[in-house]
Amino acid sequence: MDVILFLIFAIIAVVGAINVVVQSHPISSAISLVGVMGSLAVLYLLLGAEFLAAAQVIVYAGAIMVLFVFVIMLLNAGAEVRKGQSSMALFLGGPLLVALLILLVWFVQQLFPGVMVHFGGFRGGSAQDVGRALFTTYLLPFEVTSILILIAILGAIVLARKEMD
Amino acid sequence: MDSFIVISLIKVVVVFAVLLTILAYLQWVERKVIAHIQVRPGPYRVGPHGLLQPVADIVKLLTKEDLMPPYANKLLYLAAPFLAMTLALLSIAVIPFGPVINVAGYRTAMQLTDLNIGVLFVLAVSSMGVYGIVLAGWSSNNKYSLLGGLRSSAQMISYELPLSLAIAAPLLISNTLSLHDLVERQSGSILQWNVLHGPFPQIFSFIVFLIAGFAETNRVPFDLPEAENELVAGFHTEYSSMKFASFFMAEYANMITVSCMATLLFLGGWVAPWPAQYGSRFVPAVIFALAGAVMLYHGMHPARRRDQMSLPVFGILFFLIAAVFLLPIVQSWLDPLFWFCAKTGAILFAFIWVRGTLPRFRYDQLMGFTWKVLFPVAVVNLLVTGLLVALVS
Repeated sequence: MDVILFLIFAIIAVVGAINVVVQSHPISSAISLVGVMGSLAVLYLLLGAEFLAAAQVIVYAGAIMVLFVFVIMLLNAGAEVRKGQSSMALFLGGPLLVALLILLVWFVQQLFPGVMVHFGGFRGGSAQDVGRALFTTYLLPFEVTSILILIAILGAIVLARKEMD
Repeated sequence: MDSFIVISLIKVVVVFAVLLTILAYLQWVERKVIAHIQVRPGPYRVGPHGLLQPVADIVKLLTKEDLMPPYANKLLYLAAPFLAMTLALLSIAVIPFGPVINVAGYRTAMQLTDLNIGVLFVLAVSSMGVYGIVLAGWSSNNKYSLLGGLRSSAQMISYELPLSLAIAAPLLISNTLSLHDLVERQSGSILQWNVLHGPFPQIFSFIVFLIAGFAETNRVPFDLPEAENELVAGFHTEYSSMKFASFFMAEYANMITVSCMATLLFLGGWVAPWPAQYGSRFVPAVIFALAGAVMLYHGMHPARRRDQMSLPVFGILFFLIAAVFLLPIVQSWLDPLFWFCAKTGAILFAFIWVRGTLPRFRYDQLMGFTWKVLFPVAVVNLLVTGLLVALVS
């Protein structure tokens, strides 16, 4: 059951991710990306990391992607037009893509030899565990990231201000 | 295991049948309440006191012509109402209506499923709900629809922040994310409800939650996405027939979800205001008996001739319901259900009441209000709550 669900949502995630690149209209790409985020959340859920799954949907699918769609709609971006495409891209890109995939598979094989996936076997995915880890083990990275995001927000405001004057 | 599946299936069917009926009748209640606020009778022709009006509306919507605007993005245009409807109905799956009960030898919770991240599940589903509206506005290929969709996404992103912060504060006090445990921690009396619970009563976050909830469901005074005097009908301008109806039902389903969440988070869920041994178990029966008596009285002195028949019938029906509430066999699950429905119903009434009395915000006021008032209040409330909880525990 778990394996079937995993396969279904893994395929949805991969197909959605390819669709993000293939689609010519930005809205269709954005919606595909939402699909990818949703299926990733299901994969987290299958592994037993329920807090992460909920956070994935709330933050990525719910907040960030809505903002993406909002901006695309606000700019009223139309469909992209294919132009100036060189045939070199296909001949060089295809083999490179295959090589990259093979490398990735090889690295995963090397880094995690003989590791079995236990669906739902992961303990420590609850809100308490994540919170404790964030505020004890990973306190410094957490705080640094917060300040980084704050700086990014301030930067965005400063840039927007300049244009308004 | 088999009995678990059968019980779950029965619960799903019952909950969704009841939910869809309530959705249809909430529309009738809204029209009636607003009519009475505006001193007019409201729907009155179809059935006694217009009680069959929802049925007539459904038949009308089903038989209307289904139009598809030219140059619309077909796939998204068709998917949008489906998305809005599905995501609006999904939240009910984790809402508990009562405690764990024993029925005919089977022990089951009055809840479809108790997730240990129930609160987050509702937040996630409701944060996805905006896609239905946004995509409907965009795919219709209509400038009014697009503006409605844009307004809606901006509004929902902005109001989700104070909403989430307002939810976080009572969670700090209750120390759980499961909606069932949340209510269990508030059991006892009205002083244990999160809205009055120590160390810091959550009255501010309750108000912030309600205001943000009004905005999240696109209700008056925050119904900018469908402001009819500027945007025709907003995001659903181009929709007709059942597709229009699904947006309508999604709005009402979202209202019910917000009311249920307010009840569970702040008002103690299915817990009675004071313990059963001090007589709270007689309250439902007394209320229904009183309603029945009022109806009988008005049936004796009818204002309109057709009330001569209908009001006494309903009066007797209410007396029967009052009698059922006194039966000890059903009291264990009917009483919690009554309190849950009473609290949720009170908040739903507030939704309708506000619609009947308040004018619509201007768009800049709407955005200024959430970022300059609601958000700081929610943050300060969360900080004070966190500090006091840390000091007390």
